[in-house]
Amino acid sequence: MELFNSIIVILDATLRNATPLIFAALAGMFSERSGIVNIALEGKILISAFFGASAAYYFGSPWMGLLCGVLASVVFAQLHAFATVTHNGDHVVSGLAINILAIGLTAAIGNYWFHQGGNTPNLAFGETHARFTPIKLPFADQLADVPIIGGIYSELLSGHYLLVYLAFLAVPLCWYILFRTRFGLRVRAVGENPHAVDTAGISVAKTRYLALLMTGILVGFAGVYLSVAVTAQFSPNMSAGKGYMALAALIFGKWRPRSAMWACLLFGLLEAIAIRSQGVVFLGVEVPVQLVEATPYILTVVLLGGFIGRSVAPKVIGEPYVKERN
Amino acid sequence: MSQQRIPAWITVGVIPVTNVLIAAIAAGLVFLYLNINPLDALQSMVSGAFGSGYGWGYTLYYMTSYIFTALAVAVAFKCGLFNIGGEGQAYIGALGVGLVCLGLGGHVPFIVLLPISIIAAAVFGALWALIPAALQAYRGSHIVITTIMFNFIAASLMNYLLVYFLKPVGTMSVESAVFDAASWIPKIHEILAVFGIRMAASPLNLTIVWALIVAFAVWVFLWRTRWGYEIRSVGSNSSAARYGGINIPRVVILTMLVAGALAGFMALNVVQGQAHQIKLNLVNQMGFTGIAVALMGRNHPFGIVLASLMFGFLTQGGSELQFEYAVDARIVVVLQGLVILFSGALQHMMKHPIERLYLNYARRRNSASDEQHAAEA
Repeated sequence: MELFNSIIVILDATLRNATPLIFAALAGMFSERSGIVNIALEGKILISAFFGASAAYYFGSPWMGLLCGVLASVVFAQLHAFATVTHNGDHVVSGLAINILAIGLTAAIGNYWFHQGGNTPNLAFGETHARFTPIKLPFADQLADVPIIGGIYSELLSGHYLLVYLAFLAVPLCWYILFRTRFGLRVRAVGENPHAVDTAGISVAKTRYLALLMTGILVGFAGVYLSVAVTAQFSPNMSAGKGYMALAALIFGKWRPRSAMWACLLFGLLEAIAIRSQGVVFLGVEVPVQLVEATPYILTVVLLGGFIGRSVAPKVIGEPYVKERN
Repeated sequence: MSQQRIPAWITVGVIPVTNVLIAAIAAGLVFLYLNINPLDALQSMVSGAFGSGYGWGYTLYYMTSYIFTALAVAVAFKCGLFNIGGEGQAYIGALGVGLVCLGLGGHVPFIVLLPISIIAAAVFGALWALIPAALQAYRGSHIVITTIMFNFIAASLMNYLLVYFLKPVGTMSVESAVFDAASWIPKIHEILAVFGIRMAASPLNLTIVWALIVAFAVWVFLWRTRWGYEIRSVGSNSSAARYGGINIPRVVILTMLVAGALAGFMALNVVQGQAHQIKLNLVNQMGFTGIAVALMGRNHPFGIVLASLMFGFLTQGGSELQFEYAVDARIVVVLQGLVILFSGALQHMMKHPIERLYLNYARRRNSASDEQHAAEA
């Protein structure tokens, strides 16, 4: 029972950790499937977390936070499109510029607005209730004492923020958009063979702007989840590499929604283990928590080296312009 | 109707300056929003960075770091490789420098220790670039992604080493022991004091001389050696280079080893010259900023030295703003981001309008002189 309970706790944390990664990885998927490298996920998470928390505090509503956070990341995603699509700028340089701007702007503006060292005020303090609250699924309380089921249903499945459930709903939704709609087909085609798309009379630029619009919306959810749901506050640099980790998950998932989700869950699990494994001895060796933390990055490098299956970026393989089977 | 040529002074002069001006205007708008008069801010940045020996010391100290991290980007870029791993390479370079100083400091004279620590910085930085290089050369893995991943792996590794091995027993903060004073790279103000010249104390140290030597050496390497020629030819047309008999995987690996070594040298300045111990996050985004510096300097060592001076000014002048206007110190990061955005990602935005403007002007002048010729004849 002891073991069962700690497994439930770890899996519970896994879901929570994976949520921002899933949103960001799906966001990156639209951008990269359309042929635009997106290392700017990190900065967009930070931007949306900041404007989300600020708006939630200002309006006293988490929903306004969600709206403004998503709007802010959409603006930056369109800036990315402006640089890379309209002006043929280097994707990596543009992404870096956005990441660096995000770090600076959130800290400087945050300090100017709130005078709290770049933090926003706490969203769940005293009179302020501007934070998303966890959702209790029906009968969670009644079932809490039932063995096994109580643990799984009441602890693991119930009591998460709305955005956690939305993240897992977004996976099939994004799959549907990407693989079953005309827009998705165009996005994939533009990423594989823009010339063919152009010949077919479809605007490559417009498709890419729209793909980056999707990116902005989805990554906005990731940022708002961090600041308005989990910590109820923005603090400088709170994205802490999650954007890069989502990028790693995207590559790990071979640019497919479901596989990317599994990669995010794996990374979320590693994060949960890292937090709990401080000083844990495994097979007579103390497992360094830093090694667990670094595992997603190491796995990605190993994968990129082609040692555990190949993961080739859409535009590089130049898949033929046909409907893909998933 | 011959194609008009765009003169070099437009490409390397007017366009970059215009881009920086646009970045400055955008920054000015941010300043206005933060209730700071941009002109006053510029003035206090200039006087903060260049108005005193103290200011100059910090500006040149930052410049030294930027020269190394920017050269690490530029050399790789000449080969068509985007090295985002300067952050990790400099961090691991710091491990090399630190181990040499901790192990040999006080036991061997400085004149013996210094070459060893220079070699250690280079070797450790280069080794950290070797795996992404080999994966790129032999397995085709994208170097941008692998070097990003290696930055994170370096951070975890250094964190582990500091906590478990380098942190002295009984101390709370996660940093190594302070090196023996005999291993410190002398500060410039100390050297000047020997000659009776007084200069305010600053972290500026002799590493700046090494930075200038290295910048010159990189120029010689790239434009005056066979290896440099191979690197540049792979960068400008890799299929032609392969046809010409150049072993591309070997050149890729060589390039990244040089780049990693250059990034590693940054540790000499920060660790052996200033902090005298290995600290967490000592690279402090300078690896990323190096990309901006390299862009500004057009990936040429001479341009990079100038651009490093400008970024040293931004860094030091920006921290002065913090005291003067109680603005967050990371306002500097906004400035850097805008420079990267406008002179990197949006560098073509102004290129075509300016070139068109010049061509129109040149055509009008030509037709005017043609008419003159016709009239004379």
